[in-house]
Amino acid sequence: MRHLLSAADLDRAGAVEVLDVAARMAATQQREIKKLPTLRGRTVVNLFFEDSTRTRISFEAAAKRLSADVINFTARGSSVSKGESLKDTALTLEAMGADAVVVRHSASGAPHRLATAGWIRGAVINAGDGTHEHPTQALLDAFTLRRHLVGEDASGADLAGQTVAIVGDVLHSRVARSNVLLLHTLGARVVLVAPPTLLPVGVGRWPCATSYDLDGVLAGDVAGPLDAVMMLRVQGERMNAAYFPSRREYSRRYGLDARRLRLLPPHAIVMHPGPMNRGLEISAEAADSPRSTIVEQVSNGVAVRMAVLFLLLSAASGPASGPATEIAKEIVP
Amino acid sequence: MTAPGHHLLRGVRPLGGDPTDLLLRDGLIVEAGRGLAAAGARVIDGDGLVALPGLVDLHTHLREPGREDAETVETGTRAAALGGFTAVHAMANTEPVADTAGVVEQVWRLGREAGWTDVRPVGAVTVGLRGERLAELGTMADGAAAVRVFSDDGRCVGDPVLMRRALEYVKAFDGVIAQHPQDPRLTDGAQMHEGDVSAVLGLAGWPAVAEESIIARDVLLAEHVRSRLHLCHVSTAGSVEIIRWAKGRGIAVTAEVTPHHLLLTDEEVRSYDPVFKVNPPLRTADDVRALREALADGTIDVVATDHAPHAGEDKDCEWADAAEGMTGLETALSVVQATMLDTGLLDWAGIACRLSAAPARIGRVTGQGRPLAVGEPANVVLIDPAARRRVDPSAMATTGRNTPYRGRELPGAVVATFYRGHPTVCDGALATRREES
Repeated sequence: MRHLLSAADLDRAGAVEVLDVAARMAATQQREIKKLPTLRGRTVVNLFFEDSTRTRISFEAAAKRLSADVINFTARGSSVSKGESLKDTALTLEAMGADAVVVRHSASGAPHRLATAGWIRGAVINAGDGTHEHPTQALLDAFTLRRHLVGEDASGADLAGQTVAIVGDVLHSRVARSNVLLLHTLGARVVLVAPPTLLPVGVGRWPCATSYDLDGVLAGDVAGPLDAVMMLRVQGERMNAAYFPSRREYSRRYGLDARRLRLLPPHAIVMHPGPMNRGLEISAEAADSPRSTIVEQVSNGVAVRMAVLFLLLSAASGPASGPATEIAKEIVP
Repeated sequence: MTAPGHHLLRGVRPLGGDPTDLLLRDGLIVEAGRGLAAAGARVIDGDGLVALPGLVDLHTHLREPGREDAETVETGTRAAALGGFTAVHAMANTEPVADTAGVVEQVWRLGREAGWTDVRPVGAVTVGLRGERLAELGTMADGAAAVRVFSDDGRCVGDPVLMRRALEYVKAFDGVIAQHPQDPRLTDGAQMHEGDVSAVLGLAGWPAVAEESIIARDVLLAEHVRSRLHLCHVSTAGSVEIIRWAKGRGIAVTAEVTPHHLLLTDEEVRSYDPVFKVNPPLRTADDVRALREALADGTIDVVATDHAPHAGEDKDCEWADAAEGMTGLETALSVVQATMLDTGLLDWAGIACRLSAAPARIGRVTGQGRPLAVGEPANVVLIDPAARRRVDPSAMATTGRNTPYRGRELPGAVVATFYRGHPTVCDGALATRREES
């Protein structure tokens, strides 16, 4: 793997490898000295065309803990809004010698363009593109699911037999697209729950089930008992384009509140990629409940991104002697 | 000693039929038959070549005035000649918009000066393409450019009342409204065909119904006011069904399909390469199949290129920021050969009809789209159907480098184009412009 553009770039073995390396990385983060020398002398550019403080600092922390040099490049807008074009920005980064470019962009496919247009040679990591994908978010979600549902020592395991509901604005969600692909690859059953207006035309071909009935899904009537429910952020302004009549009605039909929380089996966890709209898609009781992994997802994000950076950059120039996991064992004993 | 302007096409196969000779003199076909005497004419060895009437494009963006960095009348008509065309219709979405007699006559004059093909300007339906009030259609029709085709192409005439009035008004001078069928509300922000691929790519969907609902409305309007309606770049199976129904009722509707909608599908968009971004968007394989069948059975009358050259920076960017459109003049005939002839859906006579006779008739272009017969204008294209070529955008005459066929091997090649008896293309390369006599 040269780039990480889509969760579909990972097969089962590749996805499990990322999770296993991430587990080792997470273990190092319990130490007093968190920094590893692994990527010393390598340059990672965080290229953010769209505001996302939490994703940027997560990648920045990941790169720094691997001793990479980090350059943050925040470009406002894109070529339409009179900023520098993506191409010229890419050529600039290439001239600076970026080994990896972490890109967040409002246009679906922008990381794909960066990786394939011949502008740069470095590895491209998609940190969220438009309404397309956010593969590292899916990886950290899978990591979190595996930890809670399979166990702390789950090395080599996938998510076979687990059932995950993803609830909310699937149409506009890059998190949902990446999660459907990755969780399916890892053997989990996925059921998407949304009002019909917020499911894309064509969703029937995705490797998952769909439902309009949140109560039924939570109660296990649709896809069997759930092991996790993942709430997606919903923009209240969507009601202006008639996706739903009002925030209140959305919340009433698709929000996770205390009553719905009690429909879940006792072991099931509650996830959210953040940032949350408390009171819209998730109530305070759900967000702050003991089964919520929302804060833990953030710390897992750093470990997963460390793993992705490590695997991409060591695969690009590492010794030909063995697979990346072997190298990971040497560096992260 | 050969006389200038006299050409003997030796052993060519008109419409793919039996070999014969055609003698061209003074802009006309003056003799036809086997073993004609050269009589001082320059002899072209036409062995194995198919002769068709010069092609007529109903839908070309020449970009001049305003975007001469993307194309000019000169470069666009050179590309047209290389593609076998002897007439092109220059769309109205220039800067300024071709919504006055002054602008259309400027384009018409530039075409005459260029001397590569007839240039028939298309007039805008509404002032500034804004869809608010009619442009001076009659003045454009009465002027030197004698405009007969009116279109806001690039934008839909969305207001049903305005569309009705336009359809009615142009009857006074035998004009036709060429509608760009795209409901603007249903395609707000749309990036690609809405379906399985858009769902995966996270690109805002462009539903087929946005095209079909306007076509349904407009054929009913055309029936109600008994006017001619032409539909630009039909792209969906559902549109085909509606047009078939309308023709069955006797409604005076004609329709065009682009070469790219006969060949490419939305699967190409998985590359996120904006060279595949086009309006209307590339559709599904089922749509492609329906369009080919409709072109074969006459439901769709015409292949029109929608040649849409763009400056490099308008394509060398993110998908969402990229301009819509692809070049087409220099590849159209090859794509039609690949999709319609080599598949057995049409013969050369059928291709001549869809690429020459029918568009000339719809556009009311005199002296074009005529049979290859004695006494007719010598607009002739010679094609080597056995040739194969690999598409190289940098070798094209158009300024636009945005061909979706880069690197693809296509069948057939234009060997020569005669424009009113003058060879604009010889041996597959540009020759000389036709000087006004």
